[in-house]
Amino acid sequence: MQLTSEDIASIWLSLKVAVTATALSLPIGFATAWLIVFKKFRLKVLLEVLINLPLTLPPVVIGYFLLLLLGKQGWLGKLLAELHIHLLFTWKAAVIASVVVGFPLLVRSIRLGMESIDQQMLEASQTLGASWFDSLLTIIVPLSMKGILAGASLMFARSLGEFGATIIAAGNIPGKTQTIPLAIYDYASSPSSTPMALSLCLISVIISVFVLLLHELLSKKIDRSNGL
Amino acid sequence: MKLSLDIEKNIGTLSLEFKTDISGERIGIFGASGSGKTTLINLISGLLLPDKGAIILDGNTLFSKHQKINISPKKRRIAIIFQQAMLFPHLSVKTNLFYGYKRCRENNRIIKPDIMIDLLKLQPLLQRRVKHLSGGEKQRIALGRAVLANPHLLLMDEPLSALDDTLRFQIITYLKSVSTEFRIPYLFISHSITEMQLMTDQVLIINKGQLIEVTTSEKLAKNRMVNNPNGYVNFLRLANPVDQNGLFSYSWGNNNLLVSDGKLNAESLFELSSHDIVLFKKHPEAISARNLLECTVTEMFNSGTKIGIVLAVNGEKLVAEIVRAAANELDIAPNSQLFAAIKASSFRRLN
Repeated sequence: MQLTSEDIASIWLSLKVAVTATALSLPIGFATAWLIVFKKFRLKVLLEVLINLPLTLPPVVIGYFLLLLLGKQGWLGKLLAELHIHLLFTWKAAVIASVVVGFPLLVRSIRLGMESIDQQMLEASQTLGASWFDSLLTIIVPLSMKGILAGASLMFARSLGEFGATIIAAGNIPGKTQTIPLAIYDYASSPSSTPMALSLCLISVIISVFVLLLHELLSKKIDRSNGL
Repeated sequence: MKLSLDIEKNIGTLSLEFKTDISGERIGIFGASGSGKTTLINLISGLLLPDKGAIILDGNTLFSKHQKINISPKKRRIAIIFQQAMLFPHLSVKTNLFYGYKRCRENNRIIKPDIMIDLLKLQPLLQRRVKHLSGGEKQRIALGRAVLANPHLLLMDEPLSALDDTLRFQIITYLKSVSTEFRIPYLFISHSITEMQLMTDQVLIINKGQLIEVTTSEKLAKNRMVNNPNGYVNFLRLANPVDQNGLFSYSWGNNNLLVSDGKLNAESLFELSSHDIVLFKKHPEAISARNLLECTVTEMFNSGTKIGIVLAVNGEKLVAEIVRAAANELDIAPNSQLFAAIKASSFRRLN
């Protein structure tokens, strides 16, 4: 296996982006899924369309929108610039790209977990004296934990593989914004770099297998603790 | 318990309108599927909000559209026992049992958990996991969990319909003993006349979201006798069984009854259909039925094409049914002296 110091940096960056994107999305994804499953409100359909839109859009389009939004002329970019915050072409832009692309997968999984909870179980907890927050902590969170775990795994995996939106919003700067897929893309253009490209591919496979194994193990543990 | 309901609710195709004052401890709500029974339970417990009106329980306003009062389900202290036990599968049996108790304010914890555990025989179940409990055991835990929340009112939403006959009567015994021991009034919802007879005194009959009639479970059973495949079901608590040539001789008040499906050393509840009682004007010469009881007609009632005959049997009561022609031929009237023949195999043991 041949890995340069830049390759190692890209591996660490990929992991950092995936972990940050997953950690940031989890609470928002959980709240969004809870809203969709348990609350009735107008324009719910619109919210669902908005959340799922990145699933159907090409990632490059998402990257381009992020470029426009966060650029110097974009309304959010201007606002952030005043606060001396510059996101484009930094690792943070890669995180934002991953969050946007992976969010629908996260929400979808948590939602499925929540939808499997019998409504009468929540009614039972309320009539036994639990507040909505108490029910959330003691019933909803534990019983949708499998969905949360599946969502987090999908989000993490999607972040690791994210290419199109990242290359536009964060660029492909070795040692700064170059993640594993971007590094492989660079190597792929030169035939002499095949061993390096293959090494990174192998690392990608190892990380993915590890994530899937961890997901399976935790999922079984949750099943056992949920009495299934 | 005094429950005053003056509510209206439109939900889907159901338009529920309920205006009545209910007082008593063992109230039944009887109606067919889709008549609005569960919607009514949800409105009383606060899980659904009425469109209009007010709900007052023992002088406390739980909901009033006019006064803008809406006490949350958490604070109403009205527990529900559902058709399925609705135990929390991720929590231990013990945590399930104490779920409501822990959330009940200390000064409201009148019911002692130990007494409840003994009464419902829950001790062997506490260390088990929810998924390893049978349907009847789950429903016992659900009952204990609801009662330990120290509610002012228990709402039972067809709690027996998911159980088989044997378990159903076992749970009925527990439900009755808990409500008697802890004096918790309840509203019992069902579409079974048998369950109404065993569990309730007063019955509210509802149809399509409207209150049709307020009656007693006894009258309900009599009125629906002709529509019920088992006719009028008599419930007899028989005691002190003794083996007698392969049959069981039980005491029924001051009477003795021979029963084929008995159980030694135990008091048992039996059901006897009004179809299975044959009446004689004179003492029959020789009959195969093992029980011949001397009785007096105390009341007669019409139920469709049949006539119900209420019989006094040495201090006990039985309801038989005959067709109109038989009543005329035998010239049966109140105070008539009759003989009732019952086969030993006609008694069905429930526990």
